[in-house]
Amino acid sequence: MKTVRIGSGAGYSGDRIEPAIELAEYGDIQYLGFECLAERTIALAQQARLSDPQSGYDPLLTARMQAVLPACVRNRIRIITNMGAANPLGAAAETARVARQLGLAGLKIAAITGDDVLEQIRAGDFTLLERPGHTAAQLGNRIISANAYLGVAPIVQALAEGADIVITGRVSDPALFMAPLVHEFGWHMQDWNRLGQATVVGHLLECAGQITGGYFADPGYKDVTDLARLGFPLAEVHTDGTAVITKVPGSGGTVSRQSCTEQLLYELHDPSRYYQPDVVADFSSVRLDQDGADRIKVSGGAGSPRTGSLKVSIGYRDSFVGEGQMSYAGAGAVARGRLALDIVRERLRLTGVQTTELRFDIIGIDSLHRGPPPDAPNPPEIRIRVTGRTDSMAEAVRIGNEVETLYTNGPAGGGGASKSARLVVAVVSTLIPETMVRPAISFQVT
Amino acid sequence: MRLRELAHARTGDKGDISNISVIAYDPGDFAYLREHVTAGRVQAHFADIARGLVERYEMPVLGALNFVLHGALSGGVTRSLALDAHGKSLSSCLLEMELPDAQRVADR
Repeated sequence: MKTVRIGSGAGYSGDRIEPAIELAEYGDIQYLGFECLAERTIALAQQARLSDPQSGYDPLLTARMQAVLPACVRNRIRIITNMGAANPLGAAAETARVARQLGLAGLKIAAITGDDVLEQIRAGDFTLLERPGHTAAQLGNRIISANAYLGVAPIVQALAEGADIVITGRVSDPALFMAPLVHEFGWHMQDWNRLGQATVVGHLLECAGQITGGYFADPGYKDVTDLARLGFPLAEVHTDGTAVITKVPGSGGTVSRQSCTEQLLYELHDPSRYYQPDVVADFSSVRLDQDGADRIKVSGGAGSPRTGSLKVSIGYRDSFVGEGQMSYAGAGAVARGRLALDIVRERLRLTGVQTTELRFDIIGIDSLHRGPPPDAPNPPEIRIRVTGRTDSMAEAVRIGNEVETLYTNGPAGGGGASKSARLVVAVVSTLIPETMVRPAISFQVT
Repeated sequence: MRLRELAHARTGDKGDISNISVIAYDPGDFAYLREHVTAGRVQAHFADIARGLVERYEMPVLGALNFVLHGALSGGVTRSLALDAHGKSLSSCLLEMELPDAQRVADR
């Protein structure tokens, strides 16, 4: 029975580089996917492109391609990635440059475009999913980007036309891994159960180390060995879509029913209706079975017809955020921290800093912790944190400045102040009929 | 007994919605978890953030429950003022939930 082996080389833009080299060298894989495009990243990339038209693709693209291309070419591994971000054509050109520099001739590189639907969104009447009654158009000139989540079709076509490397902008994350399956097995695009099972496989792979023991270890409860050399996952997928998730033998980490179950449910809402561009996947009957050491067999994914709508992420300039932090230690640290927060609260009021939202935390007590407070002794050190939302950068800067003045005007023994202010590019979403979105493919050969 | 003794958990985020999986270490404990770790109890545990709808989905084949907390992330990762804007730490906070002593505790 034919088997396709797909590796996952990155789970986010800044992810470790060497695990992908390990997969390319020793994973016996035919495809290597890199998922590097978080919700907001494309808006930030689009903004970067406004000042430099050549930019707008993933900042680690060059480093990743330099690292993996030699082994991928030697072992005939095809690469699929969304590192194109806001500029897939630029990313393809840069990848070609890296390949030529490495002396790799004859590589066919495909760039997928058409996910950029800013014009359609600006011209239309699209309700925001998060804000019923509000439309995208109401965001006006604050909109930076609008990108539809494309499905597998353009990637499959690029593979069919012989692409060695496929670089996309926004596509659904699982599509990076589903596309080679559809291409290799020739699945029909109405074979909903196969597409549903393929979604399961893609979903399990897309966060890379999160299924091999990353975001998982909990000493004494869930112990994981050698996280510093965490191996990234690969899937051995059969014609019927069933798969085994595993990793390169000897790499760090673990692939277990526990790690796979956590990742299966990661960012999932209703398990029976996981909306994708190509299918509504059903995870509710998925089985995870041990199939040897660090091998988990995945089966039982199903699906129903796609909705015909694509999700669109809209990046826009939302607000500004200013922040300041200061630490206290030793006797009475918590009380001095609380006094410090009271002082800053009063100062922001007295000096008329205009904020639309304010937050006061004590790191070490209540900045992360939610739920009933545990009955614990006071910590030996704490750090206060004041954050506020403003309409201008100038107002945002004043928040951190007020925290910093605690050095000479606040409680005893305050140290290690830090401050920052930044523009907030936020993301909202809407749906667009798939008929309004036109994916396109451009090729170049090194 | 704390939930931590019977289950592990992971948090995911999408926009302003947090999902927290609760997975039995021993599938034999799933029925107990289903009985005691209800949507209502999770909402009460996270009373300060779970101001919207809390849904629970059951996945008996995997011995897992999936909780979906709407409007729990201060606007979501791209907008929130929180230190942990993703809410990644919520799973460990949920595992502090106190449960009545189980008739049968997994031998682990």
